Amino acid sequence: MSSRVWKFGDDINTDILAPGIYIKLPLNELAQHCLESIDPSFASRVCEGDIIVAGNNFGMGSSREQAPQVLKELGITAVIAASFGGIFYRNAFNLGLPAIISKDFTKIAADHQIELDIKTGRICNITTGQDLVGEKIPENLLTLIEAGGLVPYLESNLNNN
Amino acid sequence: MGQTIAEKIIAKAAGQQTVKPGDIVTCNVDLAMIHDSGGPRRVKPLMEKLGVSVWDPNKVVLISDHFTPCTDAESANILKLTREWAAEQGIINFYDQQGICHVVTPERGHIHPGMFAVGGDSHSPTGGAFGSYMFGIGATDMLGVLVTGQTWIKVPETINIKWSGDFGVGIAAKDMALKMCATLGMDGGDYQSILYSGDTIENLDMMERMTLSNMAAELGAQSGLIEPDEKTVDYIKSVGGVPGDWQNFKSDPDANYSVSHEFSAIDLEPQVAVPHSPANAVAVGDVGKDQIDQFYIGACTGAKLNDLEMAASVLKGKKIAAGKRLTVAPASSRILAQAIKQGIIEVLLEAGAGLLPPGCGACAGYGVGVLAEDEVCLASTARNFQGRMGASTSKVYLASPYTVAASAIRGHISDPREELL
Repeated sequence: MSSRVWKFGDDINTDILAPGIYIKLPLNELAQHCLESIDPSFASRVCEGDIIVAGNNFGMGSSREQAPQVLKELGITAVIAASFGGIFYRNAFNLGLPAIISKDFTKIAADHQIELDIKTGRICNITTGQDLVGEKIPENLLTLIEAGGLVPYLESNLNNN
Repeated sequence: MGQTIAEKIIAKAAGQQTVKPGDIVTCNVDLAMIHDSGGPRRVKPLMEKLGVSVWDPNKVVLISDHFTPCTDAESANILKLTREWAAEQGIINFYDQQGICHVVTPERGHIHPGMFAVGGDSHSPTGGAFGSYMFGIGATDMLGVLVTGQTWIKVPETINIKWSGDFGVGIAAKDMALKMCATLGMDGGDYQSILYSGDTIENLDMMERMTLSNMAAELGAQSGLIEPDEKTVDYIKSVGGVPGDWQNFKSDPDANYSVSHEFSAIDLEPQVAVPHSPANAVAVGDVGKDQIDQFYIGACTGAKLNDLEMAASVLKGKKIAAGKRLTVAPASSRILAQAIKQGIIEVLLEAGAGLLPPGCGACAGYGVGVLAEDEVCLASTARNFQGRMGASTSKVYLASPYTVAASAIRGHISDPREELL
């Protein structure tokens, strides 16, 4: 199944994704403010199954987990970026949101339709017909994605013990 | 091949003789620091769902700082839940509205060299100033630590950032940090481990070293370490901590660094980062006399005792500009008490400052003192992302406490050396 692309530039930080001034709100309300300082209509236009493609250092800044969590809440199924803020990267996998590093991000534009293979990192740009490459997710993080995140992973592992 | 301090600490925590960059290892956690925002309010329901409790309450330090003092029913409820969770889990090391976690944790003797520590906040690399491998993680990651006492890490490369020479009057570690952000960029640290070295670093006191380690976060590094020395040991002893086998945690002479950067402090100018990134730092003379609404001395980065001293040294006997506001939020209650004793607070209040209770205050936009639409702030904090300190149209400039204080006197961004020399 292909996904519609939202394209952003470099250094999309956690204050842009989950603004501190709204951090006390319930997740669904906080999500309405996601990315509003650079794209006020994002939260109302994003659809279930969409994918974000961005440049360097996506998610830099705070450890606030709400940054990947609001993306998930809004229906984003993966983020593809040239690089990620380190804490955001860990947080995304812990929540079951795949974060794919790809230097081919320049070959994907807003509103393109793409297909992403989480296991191999292969990206097919349906709109342009190009096959693109993303880095393979490390095994330990792929395990988290397959479990649906760290909480379900712990749930099943603690139960097994 | 020798090992860096980071590799030595990670190897010890992983129960291995050595580790090499790129290895993914599981480490035992010596200290888990959590606060009211990313802590109990988020992990409590998940722990209940899993039916588990904290692996070792003595290794947890819990601090309320983001929502203190509470400003409405929501923040009051978050703090209530924080206190209830501390009691349920038997967390002895709970510091309720005593100041910011990154300052309170070392101040109460919980950090020492060689520790493998995590914090539920991105400025957790501050612990690196004490020779501890400390890094920030999110709430679910912290849940994993609280339940298992372990976490995974991809062993980082070490980036050696060497500073030489002494900086001049009116310059501070904050200027060094901003200079590095401008030179290396917000991803210059590449989620690796930074080692700050050189005679400039050796000559800094512990609070100034904390500023550098703290802002390793702004360089995108996982950690920002400084090798422990006599100053580290003296500080830890002075707060009732135990320095332990600190001599073992230094990089070997033949340790491998992925990159080395060299900076000179001698000709360092006061730095100002213009909105909306610390990497936009330039020399104060290159900024222009930009108008400011709020001058802010606050945060783990910029409201330690030495930061308040810097501000007071500029403001002594002077007044802030008419129609402007200077807001001061000391980083901890101990710092506030000491600043009162030393007459620092009197100087600040006489100059016209408004005093906030110790805590994160306006820095992350969670607490008190935030900005209205289109307002502009000059802050001694670490981060000036768009909308961070309040309304999405507000703007934040970053500088040292010297520069913030000098600018408050004139009402616009100014060179502190003109007030001090």
